[in-house]
Amino acid sequence: MRIALFVTCVNDLMFPDTGKAVVTVLERLGHEVEFPLDQTCCGQMHANSGYREEALPLVANFVKTFSEYDAIVAPSASCVAMVRESYPRLAPSAELSSVAGRTYELSEFLVDELGVTDVGARFPHTVTYHPTCHGLRMLRLGDRPRRLLEAVEGLTLTPLEGAEECCGFGGTFALKNPGVSGAMLADKCTAIRTTGAEFLAAADNSCLTHIGGGLSRGDAPVTPIHYAQILAAQ
Amino acid sequence: MSGTGNIVTRLPFPTAARRELGDEQLRRNLRKATHTIRDKRLRVVGEVPDWEPLRFAGAAIKDDVLARLPFLLEQFEAAATAAGATVHWARDAEEACAVVADLVRATGTAEVVKVKSMATQEIGLNEALAAVGINAVETDLAELIVQLADDTPSHILVPAIHYNRTQIRDIFARRMPGVDVDALTDDPPALAEAARRHLRARFLSTKVGISGANFAIADSGTLAVVESEGNGRMCLTLPETLISVVGIEKLLPTFRDLEVFLQLLPRSSTGERMNPYTSLWTGVTPGDGPQTVHIVLVDNGRTDTLADPVGRQALRCIRCSACLNVCPVYERVGGHAYGSVYPGPIGAILSPQMSGEGANRTLPYASTLCGACFDACPVRIDIPQVLVHLRQSGVDAARGRPSAERTAMRTMSFVMRDRRRYAAALRAARRGAAPLRMVAGRRGAIRHLPWPLSAWTSSRDAPLPAKQTFREWWTREHSS
Ligand code: SF4
Repeated sequence: MRIALFVTCVNDLMFPDTGKAVVTVLERLGHEVEFPLDQTCCGQMHANSGYREEALPLVANFVKTFSEYDAIVAPSASCVAMVRESYPRLAPSAELSSVAGRTYELSEFLVDELGVTDVGARFPHTVTYHPTCHGLRMLRLGDRPRRLLEAVEGLTLTPLEGAEECCGFGGTFALKNPGVSGAMLADKCTAIRTTGAEFLAAADNSCLTHIGGGLSRGDAPVTPIHYAQILAAQ
Repeated sequence: MSGTGNIVTRLPFPTAARRELGDEQLRRNLRKATHTIRDKRLRVVGEVPDWEPLRFAGAAIKDDVLARLPFLLEQFEAAATAAGATVHWARDAEEACAVVADLVRATGTAEVVKVKSMATQEIGLNEALAAVGINAVETDLAELIVQLADDTPSHILVPAIHYNRTQIRDIFARRMPGVDVDALTDDPPALAEAARRHLRARFLSTKVGISGANFAIADSGTLAVVESEGNGRMCLTLPETLISVVGIEKLLPTFRDLEVFLQLLPRSSTGERMNPYTSLWTGVTPGDGPQTVHIVLVDNGRTDTLADPVGRQALRCIRCSACLNVCPVYERVGGHAYGSVYPGPIGAILSPQMSGEGANRTLPYASTLCGACFDACPVRIDIPQVLVHLRQSGVDAARGRPSAERTAMRTMSFVMRDRRRYAAALRAARRGAAPLRMVAGRRGAIRHLPWPLSAWTSSRDAPLPAKQTFREWWTREHSS
């Protein structure tokens, strides 16, 4: 099986450690990972903001870059949702649907394709998990990330109140409606602080950036972390 | 023909939202109310083992209605007429109001009682009637509160959701004619009793009732109203003349189809297993109920909406308001921020479509696309999909006009479609951010950024690019 990592543009520039974590986990499980350098961005921000024409070249580039792989794995629920849900709507074609069908969010790939929940990680900390909207409602990740985290040695998972509520990021929403976005963020941060956890884990670094920005503004002692990095820890 | 009336926003959403966000009391009231209904809804929906198939059935029936709307409308008209009702057609809000005003005037009355109805709110009927000297009395408790407060509704189902009971007590004390101020407490039963006394006299003396309809059954010409208080039933049966204002998308093909919707609607809207009152009426029954029945079928932008293959699913809406109650944006700003009688997620897709291009342009952006509305919708309207679709039409319509956003999107698309340009841009961003590292706080976060990114730093810190991009790391690792 040829496995490609789609690291996503946000991770490439801002959170390279998340990409490295995916490589670590998959290699530890005995798989070889390739990183096709032609990859750039999935076009989510363009498409979701209504810029279809501007998104299409990025869609084309994605399909060209990844067409020869058996599995495309990405540490971002919203980018995988973009590829799987929105690509076929933006530009319906057989090739596109086939690539979309082979693109997996990390937890789906580990749990469903590789049949693994214990990835041999150790992380002796308290963690609370925020299921991001696209992971929750578009990909229906369900309890897959939780199962992976629960199998991590030393990790204590604490429940998060109102976990399923949006953090208020929404791509350009945070810029177009900063007031509403800030109000949603404030409630999310309060819920996170009440858990007393040391780490806040999620499947999307964009949402984590948003929440992390709010937590650091309030000087809360909670560190946002992509759950892939927890799975890579030993 | 574009729709008119109370569906057109006056202020851009971000401006109106900012105003509402300043009201802490409002936010507390909304949070409490929406969470209560939300939890109740989840409980009763969980009791129905075939809820998902029911949703698909509801969507399929409504899609069938939309696919053969002209035929079903004619069938409805013929059946209703045969049963003794008079059917009128109105293209927009003004026409609909004019028809109703003429009908009321012809009876020689200056007061009408009303059943809570979104259609009459949409066309601005109360104001239009007032303009010709007719007083319309709302009989739904929440609608009455809003009317007495001289306010506009802020929720489809609970128009006064933005008030708590102390505020309601004050509104009654100040504005309700003949109320016993000293005896009035903010106890819900006391408030309901005061409203009941106020309304009873109206029911018994008023000669004209005005209603909407939740469903209009094509093959029998029957109209249906579901409600919780029973005031509607009084209005539907006591007056001599009944005028029902109905949107043309309210049709169901046959009586049997009601079975699906009478399960979907109450559970989704009030979290009740069954609504306390379901009234059905077909034309005129000699010697029983209203002896003159008029039905005004209103288009007001619905035909335009129907013409859009993606957007038309908004016409499946049965106005249950489940999407409002789960929407995190609605929860923070309330209904008034949407500027239309249709607030929340459904309003964000329905109002711009009904009112046509131009107006309501900011509404499709009033969402994070979190998808909670789609999951809650009993007729499976994919609201996030329609939001993105409407954003797209807006962007396409403005192609000729220069905008900073378009330039940014174009540039990014140009850079990102090519690996070399993209890698160079990442490098540049990483280097450009290096000096910022000196001013960044602990954890490398930035507190203030210049416009337009100041919108971000208004309530959250911003992160800095990493010292090395992933592709730089990968290339170095794999170069040997
Ligand atoms: S869009 Fe769906 S959830 Fe919202 S009011 Fe209409 S039917 Fe109810």
